[in-house]
Amino acid sequence: MTVETAATQGKKDFKTDGSALKGNYREYGLVLALILIMVFFQFTTNGVLFRPVNLTNLVLQNSYIIIMALGMLLVIVAGHIDLSVGSVSGFIGGLAAVMMVRWQIHYIPATILCLAMGGAIGAAQGYWIAYHKIPSFIVTLAGMLVFRGLALWLLGGQSVGPFPPQFQLLSSGFIPDVFGYPGFNITSMLIGIILVALMIYFSVRGRAKREKHGYEGEPFALFVAKNLIIAGIVLFLAYLLSSYKGLPNVLIVMSLLIALFVFVTKRMTVGRRIYAMGGNEKAAKLSGIKTERLTFLTFVNMGVLAALAGLIFAARLNTATPKAGLGFELDVIAAVFIGGASAMGGVGQVMGAVIGAFIMGVMNNGMSIMGVNIDWQQVIKGLVLLAAVIFDVYNKNKA
Amino acid sequence: METILEMRNITKTFPGVKALNNVNLDVRKGEIHALVGENGAGKSTLMKVLSGVYPHGSYEGEIIYNGQEQHFRDIADSERQGIIIIHQELALVPLLSIAENIFLGNEPAKFGVIDWHVAENRTRELLAKVGLKEDPLTLITNLGVGKQQLVEIAKALSKEVELLILDEPTASLNEKDSDALLALLLEFKAHGISSILISHKLNEVGKVADRITVLRDGATIETLDKKDISEDRIVTSMVGRQLADRFPQREPDIGEVVFEVKDWVVHHHIHSDRTVINGINLSVRKGEVVGIAGLMGAGRTEFAMSVFGKAYGRKISGEVFLKGKKVDVSTIGKAIDNGIAYVTEDRKTFGLNLIDHIKHNTTIVNLAGVSQNGVLDDMAELKVANEYRRKTNIRSSSIYQKTGNLSGGNQQKVVLSKWLFANPDLLILDEPTRGIDVGAKYEIYTIINQLVSEGKSVLMISSEMPELLGVCDRIYVMNQGRLVGEMPASEASQEKIMRAIIRAEGKAS
Repeated sequence: MTVETAATQGKKDFKTDGSALKGNYREYGLVLALILIMVFFQFTTNGVLFRPVNLTNLVLQNSYIIIMALGMLLVIVAGHIDLSVGSVSGFIGGLAAVMMVRWQIHYIPATILCLAMGGAIGAAQGYWIAYHKIPSFIVTLAGMLVFRGLALWLLGGQSVGPFPPQFQLLSSGFIPDVFGYPGFNITSMLIGIILVALMIYFSVRGRAKREKHGYEGEPFALFVAKNLIIAGIVLFLAYLLSSYKGLPNVLIVMSLLIALFVFVTKRMTVGRRIYAMGGNEKAAKLSGIKTERLTFLTFVNMGVLAALAGLIFAARLNTATPKAGLGFELDVIAAVFIGGASAMGGVGQVMGAVIGAFIMGVMNNGMSIMGVNIDWQQVIKGLVLLAAVIFDVYNKNKA
Repeated sequence: METILEMRNITKTFPGVKALNNVNLDVRKGEIHALVGENGAGKSTLMKVLSGVYPHGSYEGEIIYNGQEQHFRDIADSERQGIIIIHQELALVPLLSIAENIFLGNEPAKFGVIDWHVAENRTRELLAKVGLKEDPLTLITNLGVGKQQLVEIAKALSKEVELLILDEPTASLNEKDSDALLALLLEFKAHGISSILISHKLNEVGKVADRITVLRDGATIETLDKKDISEDRIVTSMVGRQLADRFPQREPDIGEVVFEVKDWVVHHHIHSDRTVINGINLSVRKGEVVGIAGLMGAGRTEFAMSVFGKAYGRKISGEVFLKGKKVDVSTIGKAIDNGIAYVTEDRKTFGLNLIDHIKHNTTIVNLAGVSQNGVLDDMAELKVANEYRRKTNIRSSSIYQKTGNLSGGNQQKVVLSKWLFANPDLLILDEPTRGIDVGAKYEIYTIINQLVSEGKSVLMISSEMPELLGVCDRIYVMNQGRLVGEMPASEASQEKIMRAIIRAEGKAS
């Protein structure tokens, strides 16, 4: 038993926290991988990838996957899986079409009803998983079949459309430009600049607060570099999008949701409890955490997000088809695992899942532009998923 | 006597740490050689070197076994030579039978087709050797821990063992099963099998060991002969200084009754017609440490967990009073809100999120204490985690070390920290020092003393009677779900406790 003096103990509190940095390196690595992949495709597609119109498409094409990945991250961190999200989003898209097109219900109450329906579906599945301990794999596999079937039945095997124009704006609209300068959306650029300013303000304030309490954060140079790089990327992308039609509405919805989920997972007690439950459910339960209710709510949340994704997808195609959402669950789950989540639960970050989804999206987009056949696209995507997880496991074993 | 094993100048380094530094160990043929030392002293690392988990070349030094230098590449290599290691965490498959487990990977088979007839017969012979009366087809999951341990040993015997290594074999066994196991070791000795016994329980080491090697901080301190073995001698050698007393002194300052349970009845959580706890009445006063003694399976853990928000059992009846007021403990959340904390006996399964770090584990019970409106205050949390790390003297690189990478003693301190931060009036400690070393035990006792001096109350379950006698103010004795004795610690003794149990057993049968 070595007796440490108070002085050395005190110093230890303020030591740069090595393991937390190590955790961040993984996130930096993921961003780096995304950038490398984008640069790679920028060359192989002869500069098409970063064209404003293509960039806009990239956002529109991947928004629904990213939105579902947010919910899936919580489900996977909680130690579960949801295979039904593709079918549920397809079913909700069909429901929206039936309500708005066939029954002529106004798009606002119809949207609210659809989201509520998604929540109810999540609740129905979560009920069996949380309170009856039926494995989520089985419950949601059943849900996948049930809601695919219901979507077919609802639409009578046909495509239903078109949607009211206001509803279409959810996917195909851009935020209006109040300045009206031709060829460049100044409002969008301003939003980008304000966003960067806010981001820098908050990260400087956070750092100052840490230092005031005597806790040392990451090295100053790293801090500056990190902020500059992120600011640069955001401004660059905002500039590119502004020089086309501006920021898509769906990008705003998506960004707000991402911010919300980052906040919930990193800063809120409910997020902390989900990680604790995924890490060791028995210990969490004995710590007074209502694990059943938490699991249930995780699936309700997933249902609502799947419904939102279904609405966005339907609005984008401007028609609901019985096949909508087919296979989405695989892209969503792959995005979360590429983003570093553990299949055992308890590990995973929202930003990781988002970047994971973008990695998949950029590869889809880039390979399509290059004219790679769909068969080989699947093979390559599968291998990238495997490689990402092998990389994670290898690193974990080394540590 | 001839030497079967000699490990010479073994040095094993991990990045940044010298786990073993010129360690020497020699084991004679047919002796029981105990290996003792604090957690982290290097016992397990040394055994991993010996059994080939760390292959030849990853360490320095030489291993001479049966007169020949050995270069083990893996466990299979050392097993071929008759060196069998039984780990602390049992490696049996719960849903397979005894016979299937014993011959797992070593099945009597022709062309891949297993001859179950032979397997069962040989299993029967092996079980007879270890004195286990069970059918070879019984599933492991239906056996108690003590019997599972015997199955592990039977499995070792099936492989023509010459040197048997047991890592903490009695850590989770009650006294009766421990004695049976130790007797078995003595019998093996008579048949010329050598054993290396790693144990924290110095009394049993004293009982069976022929010689003892003490490790401290990765180095051999000394090897003692049987005639020199005494507990004090070993403890001094292990911790490197005189532990004047194994239990820190405390002036009891006992107040009014804080916690009271009346007519507590609990039924089995699966077989709800079986009564597990049968009408228990007990009380704990302010500033008092109350112990519950009893054999394994007496119902002590079941009692504690059923009081703690019905975490165990069905059809629970009875009343719980805190500070004279009847309280609702029907859920874990309510029990915690009412000021009860239960520190589990199984910290890895029920106590910690092993993949997360100390900070997050410390605050998880009382997140409200480091948050506002559900939003966590990072600074407050950092402060709390550092404060409790210091208070309970957790040895780690920082509060960001994963709890899964801490030693048992330090893990226990994290579990204690998280419950201390919840600021309960009553702490129920279930086997708080199981599987941790002498030094860490002393620190845990100090924390307990600190707690009661702050006016909290402690209800402590322990299977180590000296610990109960050394720490508690008052001791209840439990047997088969009933309290069968109560005595002030000043009047209690191991004999008195055992007598109360045996008297009750006699009545019950």
